[in-house]
Amino acid sequence: MEIVNVLMKRRSEFNRLRGFVDSDFKKLVDMSPDQSTSEQPIHKDQSVQAGQEMSEHETNTVGLEFISHGMNHVEGGWPKDIDHENMEQAIRFRKKAGKNEAYISSILQLGSVMELCIRQNNAIDKYEQYFEDEEEEEENHNAPYAKTMNVLRDPHQVKRTVTSLSWSPDRGRKLAAAYSSVVFQQTSQLSTDSYIWDPTFLSLVGLCLAYWDTRRGCQTVAYSSVEHSHKDPVYKVIWLQSKTGTDAFSASTDGQVLWWDVRKLSEPTERLILDLSKEGNLGRALGGISLEFEITMPTKFMVGTEEGLIISCNRKAKTPAEKIVCTYDGHRGSVYAVQRNPFLPKNFLTVGDWCARIWSEDIKESSIINTKNGVSELMDACWSPVRPSVFFTVKMNGVLDIWDILFNQSDPTLSVKVCDGGLYSIRVEENGRLVACGSEKGEATLLEISSGLSVPQKNEKSLVAAMFERETKREKILMGRQREIRLKERCRSEQSREEEVVREDGEESPQELLARAEKDFYSMVEVELKRRRKGKDLIQGQVVSEDKQT
Amino acid sequence: MADVEETLKRIQSQKGVQGVIIVNSEGIPIKTTLDNTSTVQYAGLIQQLVLMARSTVRELDPQNDLTFLRVRSKKNEIMIAPGEGRPGTKVRASPQKC
Repeated sequence: MEIVNVLMKRRSEFNRLRGFVDSDFKKLVDMSPDQSTSEQPIHKDQSVQAGQEMSEHETNTVGLEFISHGMNHVEGGWPKDIDHENMEQAIRFRKKAGKNEAYISSILQLGSVMELCIRQNNAIDKYEQYFEDEEEEEENHNAPYAKTMNVLRDPHQVKRTVTSLSWSPDRGRKLAAAYSSVVFQQTSQLSTDSYIWDPTFLSLVGLCLAYWDTRRGCQTVAYSSVEHSHKDPVYKVIWLQSKTGTDAFSASTDGQVLWWDVRKLSEPTERLILDLSKEGNLGRALGGISLEFEITMPTKFMVGTEEGLIISCNRKAKTPAEKIVCTYDGHRGSVYAVQRNPFLPKNFLTVGDWCARIWSEDIKESSIINTKNGVSELMDACWSPVRPSVFFTVKMNGVLDIWDILFNQSDPTLSVKVCDGGLYSIRVEENGRLVACGSEKGEATLLEISSGLSVPQKNEKSLVAAMFERETKREKILMGRQREIRLKERCRSEQSREEEVVREDGEESPQELLARAEKDFYSMVEVELKRRRKGKDLIQGQVVSEDKQT
Repeated sequence: MADVEETLKRIQSQKGVQGVIIVNSEGIPIKTTLDNTSTVQYAGLIQQLVLMARSTVRELDPQNDLTFLRVRSKKNEIMIAPGEGRPGTKVRASPQKC
């Protein structure tokens, strides 16, 4: 049946606001269910919504059963009838076991085995770690060598001796050589040529000091005036460290050390006379041959003299008398070179006569290390600037020796024959590899040193310092001993003099005196003869052995 | 008896020996110079070690037998001399550096 509700409206009233009004409700239709169909319900298989199918289960874990127990520790092995807690029983058991025959014999045998092993253990620790702390050291397998690289000859006609060399300070391969004639009478003919490449250079021209500056061309710039300078050949000149950079000082055999300012070479700025008695007497002064000056110690310097003494002086002293601080009695002949060790400035090296000596500043009486007397005289020496234990010496027979004190103290590590004539001067370059030596024929030879001698080793400085310390201590002890002995002698001689005075009043007749004097005389002569003979044998033996060496 | 004592004393007096223990085949320490707890501990632990070492040696070569056993550790060394049937003496030594 259709329910239709009709609303009628005029077209012009379309889309007009409706005004709704409440009205009572009207029952339009009332439909009640059909009773007959409710008696036969129809089942429909219908799901209400599409969802996941889920099911529910229950589980229960299997429980572990725990039981608490106490453990009873029992000492194993005890026979069942003995309660080991019981001290008496245990001891009794032990004693019984100890009496067993087999026990005794096996113990004895095992004991000896055990002892052997223990002794082994005590004798040597087989498993110790050797060389735990040592690092790998580079083995220097090559023997040290020095190779001649270059020979610079003097082009001048009259061959002059190369008396001094100096490397330019900027590590370049530049070398300046000073030539002069050692023969005094030829001073007037001295040529003033030198091979110069470094910018400033101080040269010795016989008596005067001349100053070259290559920047102004190869001409001498200034001469010092003759009156004020040295009267005898100038042997050594060194630049000084000063603010102006133009100070220098020179030493000569006339016994003076003069300070110069190179800007004003007409007269020296200061003068020191090397007179030991501190009186400034020129006549008694010692001739100075070599000078030494270390930049780190600007007030002290050292002079090596002709007579073999080395004088240490203080520059800043007020009076000339105080300038000379102390002397070291060095060599039997002139001291040709003095140089401080660049690493350990308290020790210095001197050469003169036939040996080289190393000194410590504190010990004045003797050197701490001597080399053996060589065959010919040593003319010059210098330390290596890179290795504190290496130094070089040159000799009159043309041989250059390289010494390494840590390696061998009695012989040079390397001897190189450079030329036939004598070698007069030697200088090592800053990097330690090149050495230049000058000969009396005017040749300057450049040598290259092997790396074994020019590369510093580990710990070298401390080892060398320790060595010098040791030697210094030894000398100190020796000096102390000598002083003691001298004191004792003096005391004894005083005593004996007193005794003699007492005895002379006694009964000695003149004949007995004579006889005693004769006996004494003959015994002394014998002793002297014996000593001379022994000395001669020794020298002969030495000469023979040295001949064999060279 | 006296020889045994003497042997023990000799061993004990050697340099580096800390103590000596004698253990029988059942593991009971018969004689000792150390304190009781240490002794018991050592005896128990080392017994098994010795048995195992011996069986190892025997297995490798039936004719061979264990003569001596050294256990070296960082701090010290235990030296064991096994006897037939009884493990015998054990010595605790401290190793020295030469």
